[in-house]
Amino acid sequence: MIRSTHLPLLITIATFLLAYTLCAWQYPSMLSTRVVANLLTDNAFLGIAAVGMTFVILSGGIDLSIGSVIAFTGVFLAVILRDTSIHPLLAFALILAITISFGASMGAMIHYLEMPPFIVTLAGMFLARGAAYVLSTDSVPITHEFYDTLQSLYWKAPGGGRFRLTGMIMLLTFAAGIIAAHRTRFGQNVYAIGGGLQTARLMGVPLAKTTIGIYATSGGLAGLAGIVFSLYTSAGYSLATVGVELDAIAAVVIGGTLLTGGTGFVAGTFFGILIMGLIQTFIVFDGTLSSWWTKIVIGGLLFGFILLQKGLTWATTLRRKPAPEFAAQS
Amino acid sequence: MKHHINTTLRRIAPQLVILAGVLLLNFLVFPDFFRIEFQHGRLFGNLIDVLNRGAPTALLCIGMTLVIATKGIDLSVGAVMAIAGAVAAALVVDGHSWQVALLGALCAGAVCGAWNGVLVAVLRIQPIVATLVLMVAGRGIAQLVTEGTILTFLNPGLIHLGAGTVAGIPTPILIWLGLGLAVTAVVRKTALGMLIEAIGINESSSRLAGINSRVLIISVYLISGFCAALAGVIVAADIKGADANNAGLWLELDAILAVVIGGNSLLGGRFSIIASLLGALIIQSVNSIILLSGMPPELNLVIKALIIIAILVIQSPTVKHALYILRASADPIPPGSIKEAKESPQ
Repeated sequence: MIRSTHLPLLITIATFLLAYTLCAWQYPSMLSTRVVANLLTDNAFLGIAAVGMTFVILSGGIDLSIGSVIAFTGVFLAVILRDTSIHPLLAFALILAITISFGASMGAMIHYLEMPPFIVTLAGMFLARGAAYVLSTDSVPITHEFYDTLQSLYWKAPGGGRFRLTGMIMLLTFAAGIIAAHRTRFGQNVYAIGGGLQTARLMGVPLAKTTIGIYATSGGLAGLAGIVFSLYTSAGYSLATVGVELDAIAAVVIGGTLLTGGTGFVAGTFFGILIMGLIQTFIVFDGTLSSWWTKIVIGGLLFGFILLQKGLTWATTLRRKPAPEFAAQS
Repeated sequence: MKHHINTTLRRIAPQLVILAGVLLLNFLVFPDFFRIEFQHGRLFGNLIDVLNRGAPTALLCIGMTLVIATKGIDLSVGAVMAIAGAVAAALVVDGHSWQVALLGALCAGAVCGAWNGVLVAVLRIQPIVATLVLMVAGRGIAQLVTEGTILTFLNPGLIHLGAGTVAGIPTPILIWLGLGLAVTAVVRKTALGMLIEAIGINESSSRLAGINSRVLIISVYLISGFCAALAGVIVAADIKGADANNAGLWLELDAILAVVIGGNSLLGGRFSIIASLLGALIIQSVNSIILLSGMPPELNLVIKALIIIAILVIQSPTVKHALYILRASADPIPPGSIKEAKESPQ
């Protein structure tokens, strides 16, 4: 069964390599380190949020609140740095504590009230966006020398590409996510819940702890993504990052994670993010295509990968029927 | 017949009470709330505004109720509204009559709905995911139709659908009331409603019982697309232009919220379109309180979130169970008799 679980990941990586080769063939300058560095910097916040979304989807849930949480984080940081004199690092710690407990309370509602994650996180989405509006409806600029210091941190690669701090944070988040998913008990519990709630309960997986942990992780990573986004834009705006949750879900699905939960890889999400970033970069390079093609192409890719998942699940069940040796296959 | 009306009334009683409460709050913050005037050949008043502004959500929740009754969900309705508005505007700008534009928009909506239905019923993709595809791509398609601009038009026939009146009543009110009553009549006077509920409760067994679930599921998504298209045309006609980016933005969530407030379970099964329509009116009345009382409109989302959380808590199985136990223990039964009752089956 190794082949069928790894196949979506391999197809995602192959799609990315193929797309990149095609782009580079048409525009050779796409191979420069500048483009690669910008691909990481421009998608850093989305990537960080998508790691959290991967865990949520692996557990068979969904988190619609992350776009609003990112916007709330940006506005919160901008307002608190404008109105008080506390150090940004303290503000970062404060907002991470808020977003983690926000995620945890959504997880608690999902577990203890036995409600579908979809509707609970929908309430969370309204609440976070509304809280951002209440703080400020204007775009608040962030001017603090510590922000300038963080923004000027980069490693200049040969060729002129600037690998900035935010891109590095994204790579570190992905590395941590991969380790957490495959090398810790928490990760195994997430896969177990995604594979089947009843089975996981019978196996002795601590459901409450894990569910709350999953949504706390997603909330916390959305907070981190918000910090990165505020570094990227130097401002907090309550109307920013509308619909980022959909981009994150799309990246996770394109990355080969099964939306029913239980199967998938954090690394796949990384390539999903890169593919989506590549589409945008290509449209910028082309110059004649309009930006709405991004949405259509992402929708098409989403459809293609969902069909692929369906096909694989179907093929697997067909193969299983004649020989029901479940233990040997998993 | 009388029995029938009684059961319907009992079903929608909570929604009626909430709506009355919200309208009363409106009256408290704005004493002229219930005054309706007849000026320049049309009705004016805050109550009429609630009915009129609530039209897009009300139309969406008709289709959404049926979709949710089959244990599905349609996230794409906002994007379908944008597509339908864009198609209608593009056809009118090309010099077609408003009838052709309306027909074109409705066909576009029906095609979108059928696409969702085929993904869910034939390819057996989870509804959230299947409709997500069109939600992501739909606004792109709408922008493709409008070529990235806000297409404005001056066709009086089309504008009449969103801003006009018939016999003094704003057209959108008549459209959603008419469609709501028509769909209710069709699903309740025939066995269709029961078949839809059967699919939502258990699809496999309903199929084994001989229900053609595939066709029915495709039809409910098709109806949802049709309702979304009608809402999209009304919104476009109201602002005399098709805005692919903002038309119907987040209305899918309002529609789902209306269905949930209407007491319909997201897990499928029994449904009531009238209760959902009352839910849509409750949402619009809450908006109206915030506007009339002079509270910052930013609070709107926070209040909506609190409403959802309150409903979730009330509907959750855990709380229902706790309430049941509370009610049972509140009954004046001496503790000894409970013990006996417990022991007696053994």
